[in-house]
Amino acid sequence: MKKHLSHAYLFLVFGILYIPILTLILFSFNSANSTASFEGFSLRWYIELFNSPDAFEALRNSLILATLSSLIATVIGTAAAEGIYKMRSKLSKAAVTSVTNIPMMNPDIVTGMSMMLFFVAVAGILSLDYEDIGFAAMLISHVTFGLPYVILSVLPRINELGDSLSEAALDLGCTPFQAFFKVKLPNIMPGVISGMIMAFTMSLDDFVISYFVGSSNFQTLPLLIYSMTKKKVTPDMYALSTLIVITIFVMLVISNVKSSKRINAKPGGKKR
Amino acid sequence: MKKKRSVMHSIAAAPHIFWAILFIILPLIIVIYYAFTDDTGAFSFENILSLGEYVPIFVLSLELSVIATFVCLLIGYPLAYIMAKAKPEHQKIYVMLLMLPMWTNLLIRTYSIMALLDDGGIINSILGTTMHIVGTKGAVIFGMVYDFLPYMVLPIYTCISKIDKHMWEAASDLGCSTVQVITKVIFPLSMSGVISGVTMVLVPSISTFYISQKLGGGTFELIGDTIERQFVTGALNVGAAISLVMMILILISLGVMNKFSDSEEGGIIV
Repeated sequence: MKKHLSHAYLFLVFGILYIPILTLILFSFNSANSTASFEGFSLRWYIELFNSPDAFEALRNSLILATLSSLIATVIGTAAAEGIYKMRSKLSKAAVTSVTNIPMMNPDIVTGMSMMLFFVAVAGILSLDYEDIGFAAMLISHVTFGLPYVILSVLPRINELGDSLSEAALDLGCTPFQAFFKVKLPNIMPGVISGMIMAFTMSLDDFVISYFVGSSNFQTLPLLIYSMTKKKVTPDMYALSTLIVITIFVMLVISNVKSSKRINAKPGGKKR
Repeated sequence: MKKKRSVMHSIAAAPHIFWAILFIILPLIIVIYYAFTDDTGAFSFENILSLGEYVPIFVLSLELSVIATFVCLLIGYPLAYIMAKAKPEHQKIYVMLLMLPMWTNLLIRTYSIMALLDDGGIINSILGTTMHIVGTKGAVIFGMVYDFLPYMVLPIYTCISKIDKHMWEAASDLGCSTVQVITKVIFPLSMSGVISGVTMVLVPSISTFYISQKLGGGTFELIGDTIERQFVTGALNVGAAISLVMMILILISLGVMNKFSDSEEGGIIV
């Protein structure tokens, strides 16, 4: 009885979570130009989408931005995690981590507003048009909100690992750099990678901060979706959303299958 | 040797500290500067004083987001509990089912609800009714709950699944009923998950502007819409002043909430 009740509850909540997404996918195949009544199956909106240069450019921009910003955030963040770990005074540790966490705690709209005002000021000082620094502004803001995720996923790994391994490496004649790159880094790699993936997805997904910081000459996918939903909506926006949802679904399934394989391969391995 | 190591470590965090000062602290200082100056750059209290007229908007935002957070907790806690009690291989599937909507862009999710609820939308055309749902407070609250529910469930789930199984056994051996086990043992132990879930729902709900634009149908304005409007119309000083006040209020309430949770545990879920 209880089992059935909890199954019914799961079914109900997941049902409500998925009905809107599923209807959206269904209507992306609508042959009519309607988002309310389904007339028949067609790929018309997908063809229309593939013929629109805007969508491709936005996708390319989003991927470039997410790749670059997550790489930079990972390098700076991993180094920072090592530095924070080594800090002796508790006070400076606490100060650095709380400043780092500000973009994560603050509402996106406030972060976006502050970044935008900052870059307006920078453009003013350099006497450039805002458009000229548009990409740099976008990149810097995405690195900034990606950094806390990298640090938060690397720092626990470094804490867990402790000092003994790198001390052994140093005693055996490694330079500090070798000790870090040859001994420590491979050991904390899972944390580094999951931090990078987090920063990447956050960047790909971000709308609010990009909306405030962005300029008209660099449009990302979320910004394109926003401008599409501002006008009267046609099902090509559904087609775009469907493609995004399916991509995410495939990525999730692949990463899940991979991680369960890894767990099966090493029975003694740590489950995460 | 000792010296060399400490040099390397002190420069490891340096790029990040430099970055944080330049791109986190400095922008916030600029927000404060804008909040206390007028268009010409002269010092003025005008923006701060003009905030009085936005109090009703702020109260409305707070009202809607608190209701949404509460509804998320009511729906999300049992869900997290059921997930944590399920078989491990089922748990993975449930987590994945929660992550998919979470990783789908917020605009798409919000938009998909609008397509369902709209006056000429799918529900009305299937039922043949002319229900007016979009443009009501209920629709905005539904949107917030729908968009942010996974953020409530995941931290609570992580927290409950970390609770030692022996706790459950001990409690029931000592004569607790199932309800008592949940209310007296499990709920208090999962408090840090609840608190991070509440913050992860409350902060984006209170500052949203897309949900209220789409599902509020332009009939009312939340504080996020106000800031966005100042940004679009170029009234940056007022926008900065509202942002500043919102940031201070949120950081204070986060600080208070963190006092009640056991620091780092369950803070962030991936």
